[in-house]
Amino acid sequence: MSIVLAIGIVAGLGLIGAAILVIAAKYLTVEEDPRIGEVTEALPGANCGACGFAGCADYAKAIVSGEAEVGRCVPGGQKCADAVAKIMGVEAGTAVKMRAVVQCQGSCDKVKTKYEYQGLKTCAAVTLYGGPSACSFGCMGYGDCVKACKFDAIHVVDGVSVVDPDKCTGCGECAKACPKGIIAVRPVSAAPAVLCSNKEKGVATRKACTVGCIGCMKCVKVCPSEAVKVENNLARIDPEKCTACGECVKNCPVGAIRDL
Amino acid sequence: MAAKLAFIFFSMILTNNYVLVKFLGICPFLGVSKKLDSAVGMSAAVTFVMVVATLATWPIYTYLLEPYGLAYLQTIVFILVIAVLVQLLETIMKKFMPPLYKALGIYLPLITTNCTILGVTILNLDNGYNYIESIVCALGAGLGFMLAMVLFSGVRKRLEDAQPPKPFEGLPITLVAASIVSLSFTGFGGLIETIFGM
Repeated sequence: MSIVLAIGIVAGLGLIGAAILVIAAKYLTVEEDPRIGEVTEALPGANCGACGFAGCADYAKAIVSGEAEVGRCVPGGQKCADAVAKIMGVEAGTAVKMRAVVQCQGSCDKVKTKYEYQGLKTCAAVTLYGGPSACSFGCMGYGDCVKACKFDAIHVVDGVSVVDPDKCTGCGECAKACPKGIIAVRPVSAAPAVLCSNKEKGVATRKACTVGCIGCMKCVKVCPSEAVKVENNLARIDPEKCTACGECVKNCPVGAIRDL
Repeated sequence: MAAKLAFIFFSMILTNNYVLVKFLGICPFLGVSKKLDSAVGMSAAVTFVMVVATLATWPIYTYLLEPYGLAYLQTIVFILVIAVLVQLLETIMKKFMPPLYKALGIYLPLITTNCTILGVTILNLDNGYNYIESIVCALGAGLGFMLAMVLFSGVRKRLEDAQPPKPFEGLPITLVAASIVSLSFTGFGGLIETIFGM
């Protein structure tokens, strides 16, 4: 008898609860744009935050409300942008594919060392001492970025980190991990990049490294589209103005500007 | 009567703190205490649900389960009731109090299976509290939860700047810090009893 009563009471409470919820769901629902759900489905669901929102659902909400454009999803890429654009009924445009670039090519043979370092082998620790490299701006090659990369796309080759363009997804984890801040995440384009981060005057840079930008202004002069600027003794290329003519690459006396 | 209520209320916050003394609700305590805003949001939601859950479960136990000798069904029935309540609250709040709904956000559904809520409702009955005492106890427990969360979010902010040895980084050092905060709360032992002469 008591077992029937027990089942009855639990089942009854369950039914009452279910009834209340059904009524509540029927009369109290707030109309949500069905597209929010669809867009969330179309996104990869990795919640990586690369779009600048708290997660895929948050980004979907922003897209539907018109606050954000489609194609900000880095892991989803073009395919995802197209899918979202289809739901929203807009042109996808081209989702900008990003890629990390290590702005340093000071490998062991090109940059001088000040002393032999024997401490903890992480960039974060080495930075506390400025690093054994004569150039205090460049890559130290202890591989904090390698550890941060989830895609096996960055490796230390001959004392300097090199990005594998095929594997890089442009998530920017390596840029966050680099204590020197020399890894830039930039749109994939034909524009060349200045692979140096040294802000010291030309003479000092020259002494430390054979491939460092010395701020000689030659690239500025040869650029037909005024895309190159030298700030703090360091050349920088504006990818929007750059026409990828290659003049700066040809004329750089130290070879600091390279096509990627 | 008033003295007893005050005693229950303050002992729930300090000497019987659900998180730091009874070790219930450790999951949100560690999970949501990273930022002060989310810590406060989560605790507000917990306090709210605790009181409402007690409002509902106490009569169910006293007038439905106990008279029929079904006290052993307490756990399962309470889980059911709390789950329904949280879901209902979410729907109602979304409709009528969107700002509050937004503020509590994802924390509300998380609370459905929170053991502090179940703990409060069950321990209220174990302690033989009457209806009003139970509600006051639930309120105190919720505020105690908030106190622990706010205190600990401050501790964690400092922890972020600290550089513990590598094996201690992340969760281990957080657990060590939690144990020390918990230890500090034992210092309140006997305080409330002495004040209220109980």
